[in-house]
Amino acid sequence: MTSQYRIDAQKGIDSPRLQASLHGLQDRFGKGAMALWAGMDDKDMRKRVKKSRMKNFEHLDILLAELAQNVRARGGNVYFAKTAQDAIDYTLEVARKNEVKRVVKGKSMLSMEIDIDPALADAGIEVVETDLGEYIIQLAGEKPSHIIAPCIHMNRNQIGELFAEKLGIDYTNDPPALTLAARKALREKLLSADMGLTGCNLACAETGHISLVSNEGNIRMATTMPQVHVALMGMERIVATLEEHRETVQLLTRGAALQKLSTYVSFLGGPSSANDPDGPKEFHLVIIDNGRSKILADPEFREILACIRCGACLNICPVYGRIGGHAYNSPYCGPIGAVITPLLDGINKHADLCKGETLCGACKDICPVQIDLPRMLAALRHKLAYGSDRWNTRQHNPAEAYAFTLWRLLVTRSFLYRPFLKIGRFFQRPFVNKNKMIRKMAGIGSGWTDGRDLPPLAKRTFTELWIEKYSKNRTTQPAVPEEEK
Amino acid sequence: MSGKTVSLFIQCLVDTMFPETGEAMITVFDRLGIPYEYPIGQTCCGQPAFNSGYQRDAAAAAKHFIELFEEAEVIVCPSGSCVYMVRHHYPELFAGDPSMQSRALAIGAKTFEFTQYLVDELGIIDVGAEFPGSVTYHDSCHLSRGLGIAEQPRTLLKNVRGLELIEMKDSDTCCGFGGTFSVNYPEISVAMADEKIDNILDTKADTVTGCDISCLMNILGRISRRGEDVRVLHIAQVLAGGKGGKVDRGEKA
Repeated sequence: MTSQYRIDAQKGIDSPRLQASLHGLQDRFGKGAMALWAGMDDKDMRKRVKKSRMKNFEHLDILLAELAQNVRARGGNVYFAKTAQDAIDYTLEVARKNEVKRVVKGKSMLSMEIDIDPALADAGIEVVETDLGEYIIQLAGEKPSHIIAPCIHMNRNQIGELFAEKLGIDYTNDPPALTLAARKALREKLLSADMGLTGCNLACAETGHISLVSNEGNIRMATTMPQVHVALMGMERIVATLEEHRETVQLLTRGAALQKLSTYVSFLGGPSSANDPDGPKEFHLVIIDNGRSKILADPEFREILACIRCGACLNICPVYGRIGGHAYNSPYCGPIGAVITPLLDGINKHADLCKGETLCGACKDICPVQIDLPRMLAALRHKLAYGSDRWNTRQHNPAEAYAFTLWRLLVTRSFLYRPFLKIGRFFQRPFVNKNKMIRKMAGIGSGWTDGRDLPPLAKRTFTELWIEKYSKNRTTQPAVPEEEK
Repeated sequence: MSGKTVSLFIQCLVDTMFPETGEAMITVFDRLGIPYEYPIGQTCCGQPAFNSGYQRDAAAAAKHFIELFEEAEVIVCPSGSCVYMVRHHYPELFAGDPSMQSRALAIGAKTFEFTQYLVDELGIIDVGAEFPGSVTYHDSCHLSRGLGIAEQPRTLLKNVRGLELIEMKDSDTCCGFGGTFSVNYPEISVAMADEKIDNILDTKADTVTGCDISCLMNILGRISRRGEDVRVLHIAQVLAGGKGGKVDRGEKA
């Protein structure tokens, strides 16, 4: 049976609109980021930031305690949520106490990971996305298909039609006119909201701030206009010092949008006070685990927590570039999604994400913090191959495992391997076409021949040719004696 | 030229499906006077199992390889991804076994990709080949990103008489092969191959070449199905061109 991943991948491949968008995206931002890294004066910066990210994980508990202490000292509230549900319950309680009717959101992938919007809606609260891309997605009733550019799968004509229908404006596909229409609609929401709900790009333990980067200014309004600001933070998004913060945020904005710095960087760390009258009356920082501790505890996968969610890996991945983000069926798509989604939400459940890449390594090259995503994809496949108690993973494909056992038997015994090739050569005969290619195979082989021809096994293997033609008059090393192992 | 005797590490796909690539390598070595031998018991380096997660099975193949090639002076392979497997993944596979791991590291240190060996180890930049026609070069992933080999094959190609090298767009973007990925996710794999082939066709070159037969098999298979008019040749076949050269397979598909 064809998996949902493959079905959705095919949909992406078949969409000329998506293909055009993704080509544009990757040509500009993927190549742009690679050029930026190549041209950076400070060649060690990426390595340094990666090192600091990994070092911080060694005493994450202490850093998080320091952060919490500093936020609380400024009058903010800090809540440690073990699960998604804990985070939702806490936020709902804050909303209830403050009689919140309308929530404006800053762009937050974590809010999608914990799926908080339906819970807010169930509580009778209106939820409005204020990031332009996310707002468009919300109006369209769709899901984001890119971590940074959520509506990359839509073009301006579609957005024009959507705005005409949902915002009651005259149809236009002029981006400035559309942006202005969104701005007008969003202003009203921002000015009348009771709560701002955002993510957290980075938190700084030393100063007790969180920071949010944006280019639209919506984050600044969403965090200062409403009476209450709730920030959702993945527990790994912490830096120790402001100096570390400076470097990390520079890599984030470069990786995400080729910017030395985003238009806005907001530092937030508590409610307004007499000395600092701007800001909300209440500030809540929700530090969310939701499976991260388990990743932290496994040396094989800890590295994935160094991710700063810039989305650069999506901008270069040739698989993402063909299939788009929806096939991943997760808030996190592309190479980062293919690793983090199985770890957070189940390796068996997301087996296609573990296996559905070529391990080409482009993601590792572009990653601002040089995360070895291909290594972890292979490690995830290892869990699927044999099962893993630690990750509560069962063997994914017993037939495949059996095939590799057979393969192992053959490749470690050339006295079996060679006759096996001869048998294959005999049985392939009826399938070899006039152009010396195999055009149709059954079973697993159809995966190849449905779209490609396959060259047949050669009449003589190189080994046979060597023995016949080349080994004469040559001191050939004798074959290692084959014994049963 | 004398010096170290090369132990030919012939990738399983070359051995079984593209032996002319191995023969072309021999032609080049003969022309340059490079001594070589061929350990007969070789099969597969284990990469398909490793990339699919079957590390125990891959380790068994790795052990077989190490035992067979342990005494080699130098090991040369016409495949970047197999060399990457031996150099980088063999030591990982034996992380819990220090004695096997040191044997793996020793093997890795003397294993080279074909063009890398010629250019970096022997300092050869002209193999004395002739190849009339225009050629575009595909950078395979484990070769270019993994081993950092991109200039060596280009240097050799540029010094082939009669050969015009035309760069394609995104030459270092994956062709979509990916081992078992190509049969498990054929729609994605073929879409990626199409992207690659479109870029090849845009160059108007009459031949596409590269250092990994697995990628070339994927490109060839799709080119053949689409009925495009481009030859697909392993770089050894291009470099074997000229007197005594043997460039047979890969006739226009």
